[in-house]
Amino acid sequence: MKILAIETATEACSAALVQDGDVIERYVVAPREHNRLILPMIEEVLAEAGVVRTQIDAVAFGRGPGSFTGLRIAAGVTQGIAYGLDCPVLPVSTLAALAFQSFEEAAGEGVYACLDARMGEIYGALFRRGQAGVPDLIGDEAVLAPERVEAAGIMVRLGVGSGWVTYRGVLSERLKTVVEVLEDHFPRAAYIGRLGARDFAAGRCVSAGEAIPVYLRDQVARKPRTQARE
Amino acid sequence: MQSNTSFRVLGIETSCDETGLAVFDSRYGLLAHALHSQVQLHADYGGVVPELASRDHIRKLLPLLREVLSAAGLGRSDLDGVAYTAGPGLVGALLAGAAAGRALAWALDVPALAVHHMEGHLLAPLLEADRPEFPFLCLLVSGGHTQLIDVAGIGRYGILGESLDDAAGEAFDKVAKMLGLGYPGGPAVAALAERGMPGRFRFPRPMTDRPGLDFSFSGLKTHVLQVLAAHPDNADVRADVAAEFQAAVVETLLVKCRRALRETGLQRLVVSGGVSANRAMRSALRVLSEEEGVRVYFPRLEFCTDNGAMIAYAGCQRLLAGQAEPLRIAAYPRWPLDTLAPL
Ligand SMILES: Nc1ncnc2c1ncn2[C@@H]1O[C@H](COP(=O)(O)OP(=O)(O)OP(=O)(O)O)[C@@H](O)[C@H]1O
Ligand SMILES: [Mg+2]
Repeated sequence: MKILAIETATEACSAALVQDGDVIERYVVAPREHNRLILPMIEEVLAEAGVVRTQIDAVAFGRGPGSFTGLRIAAGVTQGIAYGLDCPVLPVSTLAALAFQSFEEAAGEGVYACLDARMGEIYGALFRRGQAGVPDLIGDEAVLAPERVEAAGIMVRLGVGSGWVTYRGVLSERLKTVVEVLEDHFPRAAYIGRLGARDFAAGRCVSAGEAIPVYLRDQVARKPRTQARE
Repeated sequence: MQSNTSFRVLGIETSCDETGLAVFDSRYGLLAHALHSQVQLHADYGGVVPELASRDHIRKLLPLLREVLSAAGLGRSDLDGVAYTAGPGLVGALLAGAAAGRALAWALDVPALAVHHMEGHLLAPLLEADRPEFPFLCLLVSGGHTQLIDVAGIGRYGILGESLDDAAGEAFDKVAKMLGLGYPGGPAVAALAERGMPGRFRFPRPMTDRPGLDFSFSGLKTHVLQVLAAHPDNADVRADVAAEFQAAVVETLLVKCRRALRETGLQRLVVSGGVSANRAMRSALRVLSEEEGVRVYFPRLEFCTDNGAMIAYAGCQRLLAGQAEPLRIAAYPRWPLDTLAPL
């Protein structure tokens, strides 16, 4: 099984090839350069693995939340590749990828993963350490003010993601049990690919046209009439 | 350019508020095209909302791709190249089509080409059976551009004149708002103008009284506002304002076209871009072409505004000539037409 994974939801840009237990990854932090970098990075991981494009079984991508433009680059690339190769797509949550990475790197049963969403908000979700360190989502992923974050009855010992950089104080106040924060982590293709591989094995695939971002923030424009009243 | 073997190019257009896909075959011409317009989506906002446009493109690309391939009777492996609009346009919208198009070309292991949207418009009349040969004078009149171009061949563009402020289509859209018509306003103003009387109000023909081939349409808005403020708001006034506004734009374009034809000695006039759908302008330019003894060419109506067919056509010509893009998703929101590589 060969899963190609791509992740461009944040300042980081990465591509990975996951083959059974083996992961080959390229990862760089390069804001606004994803469009230039992502396809050559895909070629590099394939070359290093000695795999040709037609051998790819499925494409996993970071479906969000994250930067809108970044998510569409990932979705567009995924649509093009999956349609061109006639293979299925595995949409993977960027927050789950962050949680997965944190469970590998630190101890603890619960993690709050969040990304800075600007405008005083974060994209966040709570995860419990599941089987083999795979994160299980508790509740929903949401866009919310950090002041509204709640522990939802589980022991959250870990924090991960850029939301913790901007809102460390408030989040620590809301989640008092957190003892370790991995704040310089961005979602990475290696974890997107490994989570995608599990979905693939479980038959949770979609078609190329269903490679659509999950933005969480859907209020992106106001109609003129509403504006006039303010 | 026609060839004996088929070279089939997929064209993808997502620079603004239309998702357009098409397949052009170098031997058999246009095989299929499909378009999704976002007019309804943006109507309530009074103009294009870039983020909503981008979100819609990424949803519509694949369904339209399947549609054109099945209409053309082709499978994905029958494509020999992929052309996508790389600019100018809204960066987020451009990136959606560019990412999908460039990645598709990579997956199919065929060359890709980043097409200039205005070159697409400019070459759109070449999709017709009766098509102009080079060289020709092109009047490009769209939502974002008003240019007179000396076209010696593909990629050989000399800009003779252009709008110093609003584009002609933009002026139509803004006047439409003043008249309480929806977005996009061009067709609505044109329809209203049919019922009005030009000349009851008198608007200037900007910059026609001095030499040169540049345009300026922003001043017309002020005249429209003044007349509307000075008269009771009723259907006759609105129709007469629309008629005089349209007459002023058309006559201005006409004067400059005549001047450009005489200065360059070119024998063919090509008119393209969204405003070239305007009926009053088409008939005025037909009269002009007879008076000047030149031939005039327009795209078919559906290819005046944004579409995938013109992108597939432009991309096909360049790919056939051996041009191709490196492995990069190209998006250039601002991209001057006269910097393109000649064929
Ligand atoms: N019948 C018509 N009369 C006048 N204007 C029209 C007519 N039909 C369309 N238009 C105008 O054409 C414009 C749309 O054309 P087009 O799609 O070529 O522009 P665009 O893609 O928005 O801009 P550009 O191509 O410069 O980036 C709009 O401004 C619209 O009002
Ligand atoms: Mg256009």
